[in-house]
Amino acid sequence: MFKQKNYLALGAVVFVAIVLLSLPTHATVRLKLAVGSWFLPLFGLAGAAQQLPADLADSVLPRRELLLQIDNLRRENQQLKEQRIQTVAIARENDQLRNLLGWQRQAPWKLKLANVVMRDPANWWRTIQIDLGSRDGIQTNQPVLTAAGLVGRISSVGYVSSQAVLIGDQNCRVSALVEDATHDMGVLTASGPLDTSLVQLSYLASSASLKPGQTVLTSGLGGVFPKGIPIGKIVDVQAIEYGLATEARVKLNADLGALEQVWVLFK
Amino acid sequence: MNFFKPALILSFAFLAVFGEATLAAPRSLLGAQIDLLPALMVYAALNADLVTVSLLAMLGGLWFDSLSANPLGVTVLPLMAAGFPIYLQRDLILRGLPFAQCVLGAAASALVPLLTVLLLLNGGKQPLVGWGSLWQWLVMTAGGAAAAPVIFALFEWCGRTFGYQPRTETSFRADREILRGRNNL
Repeated sequence: MFKQKNYLALGAVVFVAIVLLSLPTHATVRLKLAVGSWFLPLFGLAGAAQQLPADLADSVLPRRELLLQIDNLRRENQQLKEQRIQTVAIARENDQLRNLLGWQRQAPWKLKLANVVMRDPANWWRTIQIDLGSRDGIQTNQPVLTAAGLVGRISSVGYVSSQAVLIGDQNCRVSALVEDATHDMGVLTASGPLDTSLVQLSYLASSASLKPGQTVLTSGLGGVFPKGIPIGKIVDVQAIEYGLATEARVKLNADLGALEQVWVLFK
Repeated sequence: MNFFKPALILSFAFLAVFGEATLAAPRSLLGAQIDLLPALMVYAALNADLVTVSLLAMLGGLWFDSLSANPLGVTVLPLMAAGFPIYLQRDLILRGLPFAQCVLGAAASALVPLLTVLLLLNGGKQPLVGWGSLWQWLVMTAGGAAAAPVIFALFEWCGRTFGYQPRTETSFRADREILRGRNNL
């Protein structure tokens, strides 16, 4: 049963696995990016496959429906333009007030749009691959968000693609504050492996007076995520550790299961 | 040497990993992504040589880990642990029976994620594991059981269509030819 060639093959595989697992982190990251680049030619194929249903749906839409959509988009565009004018005025006023108080002026966010090209094939991680890399100026720990709210942060960067770790993964902890009278602060930690829309808000004070429906934002602590990015809303609150601490479940604004495009935030 | 079968197996593994990373439907419908590599390893262990089994464990594991947050190489050992015992016992396994293929596919698909998570936990990593993981494990096992006979059928078809055809033997034998006529005496 055990012939010499069997021993050799098994030994070779075990040797390769042990060598790979004991490589230093920077070498592993480079090797991982090199192996992952084998899939680069298929990125475009994946993008086309994702776009195909939308293109098919567009091609069969009746003219009346399209005109209605154009009309709605024009109306929405007009509203956004008005909102933008108001926002610019408010930002100008904010800058003037900051100048009067001697506070540092807040730099506006710079965002870059990225397509989600792949998801983590393993069920025990929550990561995505996006089509922006170091050639686009992406660096590790840059926040990733959608129009709805925070999604995660960049965990590793390749030349043309990057990996982002999503909220709810053990490797993406976010310091968050609740928009209430006392601005209770906690840390968003991992949730269950099945529901991607719920995360735990832990390390809250026992005196925290949280209610379902309150908004959760990034606190700005930790230096990774700027203050004020919306994250989600509180679903329920419970006392833990015999009432010594409080924990809350937060429903994320962004739908992590259906991400197609995300924004990478440049500081 | 005929490289058709190893090339086909490794190409399928490459595409399977790519499919697992791009297709979100199983995850949104069932709550878990189905891994096709263990079922493919069952096919390779029963029908290919040991070099192909080893290459599948190494390359399949590397491809999977390169698209995942897994440490590179962590999936190699579980895949080999699933394929190697099957390879050793393959003469005793009724590989043509769909039931046997299902059982082996389920066993391999249950073993590989279990060993991978154990290796991750042993290496100090923090994978997302909870009660929901039990459901994901069941989905992966059932998915592997369902995928194994399909993979066997697919490779059989590919082998018949694109592989070398067996040479047809003629019943003619020169040493048994009955020669007639006066000139042959």
